[in-house]
Amino acid sequence: MVDLEDERRRVDWREVMHRIAAGGPLRTILAMALALVIGILFIVFANADVQRTLGYFFAQPGDFFAAAGKAIADAGTALFNGSIYNTKAKDPVAGFRPLTETLRFSGPLIAAGLGVALTFRAGLFNIGGQGQMLMAAAWSSFAASQIHLPYGIHLIVAMLFGFAGAALWGWIAGFLKAKTGAHEVIVTIMLNYIALSIVTYLMRTPILHDMSKGNNPQTLPPDATAVFPKILGDDYQLRLSFILCILAVVVYWWLMRRSALGFRLRMVGLNPDAARAAGINVERTWIIAMVVSALFLGLAGLNQAIARDGNFNQHVDEGIGFDGITVALLGNSSPIGVMFAGMLFGAFKAASPAMQSADVSPDILGILQALIVLFIATPPLIRAIFRLPEPREITDVGTRRKPQLEQGSAS
Amino acid sequence: MKLELRGITKRFGSLVANDGIDLVVESGQIHALLGENGAGKSTLMNVLFGLYQPDEGEILLDDVPRRFRGPGEAMAAGIGMVHQHFMLIPVFTVAENVMLGHEPTRAGGVLDLPAARRLVREISERFGFDLDPDARVEDLPVGVQQRVEIVKALSRDARVLVLDEPTAVLTPQETDELMETMRRLAGSGTSIVFITHKLREVKAVADTITVIRLGRVVGEAPPTASTAELATMMVGRDVELTVHKDPPRLGAEAFVVDGLTLFGAGGVRLLDDLSFSVRGGEVLAVAGVQGNGQTELAEVIVGLRSKASGSIRLDGEELLGRSVRHVLAAGVGFVPEDRKADGLVAEFSLAENIMLDRSYGPPFAHWYGIDFRARDAVAERAVEDFDIRTQGIGAPVGRLSGGNQQKVVIARELERDLKLLLASQPTRGVDVGSIEFIHERIVEVRDSGVPVLIISTELDEVMALADRIAVMYRGAIIDIVPADTPRERLGQLMAGVVA
Repeated sequence: MVDLEDERRRVDWREVMHRIAAGGPLRTILAMALALVIGILFIVFANADVQRTLGYFFAQPGDFFAAAGKAIADAGTALFNGSIYNTKAKDPVAGFRPLTETLRFSGPLIAAGLGVALTFRAGLFNIGGQGQMLMAAAWSSFAASQIHLPYGIHLIVAMLFGFAGAALWGWIAGFLKAKTGAHEVIVTIMLNYIALSIVTYLMRTPILHDMSKGNNPQTLPPDATAVFPKILGDDYQLRLSFILCILAVVVYWWLMRRSALGFRLRMVGLNPDAARAAGINVERTWIIAMVVSALFLGLAGLNQAIARDGNFNQHVDEGIGFDGITVALLGNSSPIGVMFAGMLFGAFKAASPAMQSADVSPDILGILQALIVLFIATPPLIRAIFRLPEPREITDVGTRRKPQLEQGSAS
Repeated sequence: MKLELRGITKRFGSLVANDGIDLVVESGQIHALLGENGAGKSTLMNVLFGLYQPDEGEILLDDVPRRFRGPGEAMAAGIGMVHQHFMLIPVFTVAENVMLGHEPTRAGGVLDLPAARRLVREISERFGFDLDPDARVEDLPVGVQQRVEIVKALSRDARVLVLDEPTAVLTPQETDELMETMRRLAGSGTSIVFITHKLREVKAVADTITVIRLGRVVGEAPPTASTAELATMMVGRDVELTVHKDPPRLGAEAFVVDGLTLFGAGGVRLLDDLSFSVRGGEVLAVAGVQGNGQTELAEVIVGLRSKASGSIRLDGEELLGRSVRHVLAAGVGFVPEDRKADGLVAEFSLAENIMLDRSYGPPFAHWYGIDFRARDAVAERAVEDFDIRTQGIGAPVGRLSGGNQQKVVIARELERDLKLLLASQPTRGVDVGSIEFIHERIVEVRDSGVPVLIISTELDEVMALADRIAVMYRGAIIDIVPADTPRERLGQLMAGVVA
């Protein structure tokens, strides 16, 4: 009996290691830690003082370490001051501004991440976020500037326009895949170009543009009635759209974990043949997945277009459609994961100006972001670096099938 | 070459797959490794092949201890393995597949395809295989593909050949041919480890039988041991190889197929004017060598193929041309022939798989989402009623053994209100204990007055279950005969001999 107990303890530890290697939060944390280490190296060696001390490193190594320490500390302080609480601010109201900026930037990243994550779960890859966001932005901008309605209704109408534009763009991609077998990656990339061209064109016509303001593509400024209101007063830029993005996390959770539609999406993603034999119209499910995904990206587009007072140009998407891919990967396509991943990248964005003034190139944050995803996307690399065991295979694949446990010993 | 395994132990987390297994395979011997699905046979062979490292124990070749860090080292030492699922590249030719991994080259690294062709011809001739080195593997029947695997192993001078469930995918004729091949190989000095759970094959071909149960060797037996003795050792209890069933209480002609014809690519007649009917309370079993249209028949009935002509009526309602969803909703229970490909989502939990084909509407799907409690209750009941060995209804179904996976599929389909049960290969790759259990459930469905259509290439299964037997040959039903038709007559019909 004692032996058995002992055995069990040892075995449980192996279980834990297996789980780490197979994915999950710990691997994500390891990946982030590793990315951080490399990011710090970049910060250190890109620093002017450090480079100078390297010149006489063997004479006075202490200078080098002092300079390196200072570079790291400065960067860390800047990151904190820029994304969470500004310790140099005159009053607490200004002090908390970085935190609200982090949230503001994270909103569209979360929404876009959810959209991409949904297609991952359905066995698809929507990299047409840019096009879908641009369509949402253009359509909502039209409703916000060319239609005039009272407070409340106007915003809702503008949102519906945006969602309709994004959904249409997602539907085209899904429809083409379902009917012609075209690969959704190719289709969505092409639709990005088409959307960019269409939107740029519209921004030079009276449909979206004030022709008296020259020929540069620009939208008309939206009516005040059609803009997401600020939710923390005029001191902060955080708007109602952020709440919608958090709501989107809940919607995504319900959709994928609770609803029958999400069940079918996941089924089609994991085994389309079994789905077909179970009476599911796989092609129609693809179309639904692309449309619902586009709706999430549409929310990201609305965040960019009408969560501001002014007008915008054709670069309003700011590449968030692509950032959504990294957010979805980092978040492992889970609702909570995507939310935190979006907030992390949002913090990076918010901290960028502060980092720059602390003499840290904002590109470092881009490198950090890319490294995290690189390490997440390459589990074997992480396993090798941290000497984690191979994950246990879950699926039954031929002769590598794992033996069956007797019921008695399972409990 | 003499192969010896001493005290091999392999653990996966908390479960012990192999527990101190000893095995001695003498040179030129066919040694059968007999055991139920999940007994640990495949794990043992993967240890031998270097795919897994044993936690304890050692491997000896000709009395020399060896340690293989991967299949490459095992192959170099003279161990060849034919996996249950072939490791062939479908679009490559036979010769290309055989040379894959140790390609002969000429000056400048140019592939020496003629040498590979010669090698294939030479080995084929030596063992009497009829193999065209230039045939594309995907165009070959399964039995021939398996021969390519064997030639591949032999081309690497394998002197110990492991065959993992080699007959699981073969037709009866192909099985006989394989056994012939095995004897010839053993005659030429190759040691063969024959992994299987089919008793009759073991008795027909093995020199020695080792029975494994729950990761342990439970005993050795000579091939003269009776089937019943072997079965008892395997499952640990007496197994009945036949199903008890009363004479059918026939109802109305519920399921009627009339003039069903299907053309494949290039105008091939896949289904040729099929007409038959199944009455309530009756089992009609479709027998035939695999590839004579049975797969297509099931696909057309269930709606996976829609471009057929003719008619399929269930209780008067036309099903041909309707979607799978509609056909299932009309009360057709469908057990697909390949559970892994079409019947289950391996990553999904048992409970999720239980509701796989019922995600539209009650009892599981509602406007507010899935009713997990209702779903889990059904899953728990299925585990209980079907004695499914699982760590719980939340465990991924891919972790279950083949027999238990099949029980999940059967349980799911029988859970619905059925007007027709259509089961393709209901016990393929399933252990003896589960076969009996599944057969009993199918007979219960019949006795409740539901028409049952079984499609099976296992003659034993057909004869055990059927009230009438329809034999398919080249897409047509060549004859429908009573269940007590002699085996020889059925064999003739399956070969297309009518008179």
